[in-house]
Amino acid sequence: MPDALPETIPATVAEKNPEQPSAQQPKGHAGADQTKLLKVRDLKMHFPVKAGILLRASKSNKAVDGVSFDIAAGETLGLVGESGCGKSTLGRAVARLYEPTAGSIEFAGENIAHLSARALKPYRQHIQMIFQDPMESLNSRHTVGEIIEEPFIVQQLGDAAWRHKRVLELLDIVGLPARSLTRYPFEFSGGQRQRIGIARSIALNPRLIICDEPVSALDVSIQSQILNLLIDLQQEFNLSYLFIAHDLAVVKHISDRIAIMYLGKIVETGASEEIYRNARHPYTQSLIAAIPIPDPHHKVQRQLLVGDVPSPINPPSGCTFHPRCPQAVARCKVDIPRLTAPLADKTHLVSCHLLD
Amino acid sequence: MPEALLEIQHLVTEFDTDEGVVRAIDDVSFTARAGETLGIVGESGCGKSVTALSIMRLLPQPMGKIVGGRILFNGRDLTNLPLPEMEKIRGAQISMVFQEPMTALNPVHTIGRQITEVLLLHKAITAQQAIQEAVRILDRVGIPSPDIRMGEYPHQLSGGMRQRVVIAIALACEPALLIADEPTTALDVTIQAQILELIKELQADLGMSVILITHDLGVIAETCDDVVVMYAGKVAEKGTVFDLFDHPSHPYTQGLLASIPRLDTVPKARLSVIDGMVPGLLDLPAGCRFENRCPRREPRCALATPPAEPVSPSHEVSCYRWAE
Ligand SMILES: Nc1ncnc2c1ncn2[C@@H]1O[C@H](COP(=O)(O)OP(=O)(O)OP(=O)(O)O)[C@@H](O)[C@H]1O
Ligand SMILES: Nc1ncnc2c1ncn2[C@@H]1O[C@H](COP(=O)(O)OP(=O)(O)OP(=O)(O)O)[C@@H](O)[C@H]1O
Ligand code: SF4
Ligand SMILES: [Mg+2]
Ligand SMILES: [Mg+2]
Repeated sequence: MPDALPETIPATVAEKNPEQPSAQQPKGHAGADQTKLLKVRDLKMHFPVKAGILLRASKSNKAVDGVSFDIAAGETLGLVGESGCGKSTLGRAVARLYEPTAGSIEFAGENIAHLSARALKPYRQHIQMIFQDPMESLNSRHTVGEIIEEPFIVQQLGDAAWRHKRVLELLDIVGLPARSLTRYPFEFSGGQRQRIGIARSIALNPRLIICDEPVSALDVSIQSQILNLLIDLQQEFNLSYLFIAHDLAVVKHISDRIAIMYLGKIVETGASEEIYRNARHPYTQSLIAAIPIPDPHHKVQRQLLVGDVPSPINPPSGCTFHPRCPQAVARCKVDIPRLTAPLADKTHLVSCHLLD
Repeated sequence: MPEALLEIQHLVTEFDTDEGVVRAIDDVSFTARAGETLGIVGESGCGKSVTALSIMRLLPQPMGKIVGGRILFNGRDLTNLPLPEMEKIRGAQISMVFQEPMTALNPVHTIGRQITEVLLLHKAITAQQAIQEAVRILDRVGIPSPDIRMGEYPHQLSGGMRQRVVIAIALACEPALLIADEPTTALDVTIQAQILELIKELQADLGMSVILITHDLGVIAETCDDVVVMYAGKVAEKGTVFDLFDHPSHPYTQGLLASIPRLDTVPKARLSVIDGMVPGLLDLPAGCRFENRCPRREPRCALATPPAEPVSPSHEVSCYRWAE
């Protein structure tokens, strides 16, 4: 795809080199031992909450509260969790739409967590976002051609003829006809609009795309078209994805590894297949059990979680899941569990006292 | 087999729009049986909600009208019932739960007031009795400390709680039929599981029939006895849940079942897709509405609408080639 895009960031090395020593890295699943494109450490994103008569910011909403994970080049990390648990906030912080409250975001070796807008500029093109409702992110007064061309103009790349050629290439890559160029977003269906959003997000040849619920608003038959497109693009361009969704079946399908979030924290993470077959955190287990199975012969007596997700402004003490946890013991109310590797598979991390 | 409670026969519903008359429902027929759950699935815009609104006679006015067919409820045709008669049925015998609970609740009235209003409208009881009854119903749908919640406003509740309140209001008069239009789409899976379980329990307690509209085939498989698959305003296929999942006979149903990612499929494997898009209601084809996307189409499919044909006594499909 790329013609003459400037490389502002040194290529991460040895992605496909099996000889590369990786002794310090735990073994276990494809993709894990390779150079990490993204390393997030103890990331926090707290929002001030105005309360009381004087509307002083007395409390804070700990939307993301100490999250660490890695993503290798060409790898997908799926992020699942209930509404309000902080998935979008985490994605936006990684894309540096927010400046995080604390922690580091190492992208291709550089900590971008607190870079200024100017210092961030070269990184912007390498980290892109795709949203749930492309209509919100697409400027409805511009034609599809203008929308896809915009990133080139912002980054001052190429002349008009070169940009036009690139836009046509991009339309072709995402499976839209060339005549879409002069149309407006509202003339397209939801699935086609998502293709426009994807074309725009891959325009600058990014390394990492934060996909925030990219198929949640689409029909089942259209969802699979977009998922296939994302998988194809990843393979063709060695893209990395942080794939956010609440549908675990979708996430498991597209992800190499999965992280499960609850109230601002990752409570379990590991290879997709491992998480699905051997979930150990009671929350992950309940989440998997709650998924309706499209097979009428499969009748389950499921263990239902009681209650709702608590507010991140007043999180419960100890393990924040304890009020809903069917297996909670006395110490869960008091001690905060840490994300550790208690199992044989050392890439499978769980944050639960029952496994200490 | 339980007897028919609601029989829809050749329903046709149209909208007047700036661009012309849009036929959103075209010759739709199906039956909901007493005490059972009927699921309606289909692509966005295929007419699921318009079907529900037609039954309730709540089509947006003056644009929407039923222009053909009958809707028999306990043998009475609802399509030509005088409005005051219909209002007595609505809420008392047939209730509806909408996708977005916030739109169904009045933001400026307390939860308690909204339930007691329905009770007082349909039942000959005193205000005091209505309050007691409302507390009992809120308790029944799993709202903790219902007497305190009675005095709260919708915005003070979480999404799952609000949907419980909406269900409580819908069930206040113990209707014979509950129409639930995507009741869990806006909710998380763990909350969805709670709400679906609640509907099942209440259904068993009250012996009511449920029409459940959803685009989630998992929800259909877990909750429904019968299923209607709609496509672009028509019924593509209908049958028992086992007919549909074990012997899907319409190419659209087959495509739909093949395209969902499942927990036990190989990660990153290519999903099967249904290419293309649903035709717009303003330029519908003369023949089968699935023709432009159908992998099995042949020339005659484009010429005339395929008739509904029985696959088995409980199973019907509208496709020329189902048996081949
Ligand atoms: N810009 C903001 N300012 C203040 N609070 C915010 C902001 N964005 C998010 N929040 C709060 O942070 C918490 C996490 O929200 P977030 O949108 O990240 O959740 P989510 O997991 O993406 O949920 P959903 O599945 O509903 O999209 C919520 O309590 C939310 O109200
Ligand atoms: N007020 C209206 N005026 C004109 N057309 C309408 C109106 N309401 C609905 N329609 C059309 O009727 C068709 C059926 O809509 P309906 O809301 O029943 O779809 P649905 O199957 O419920 O879709 P979804 O899954 O998105 O809720 C759509 O094509 C829609 O555009
Ligand atoms: S009638 Fe023809 S086009 Fe329609 S579903 Fe059957 S084979 Fe496909
Ligand atoms: Mg979000
Ligand atoms: Mg609808």
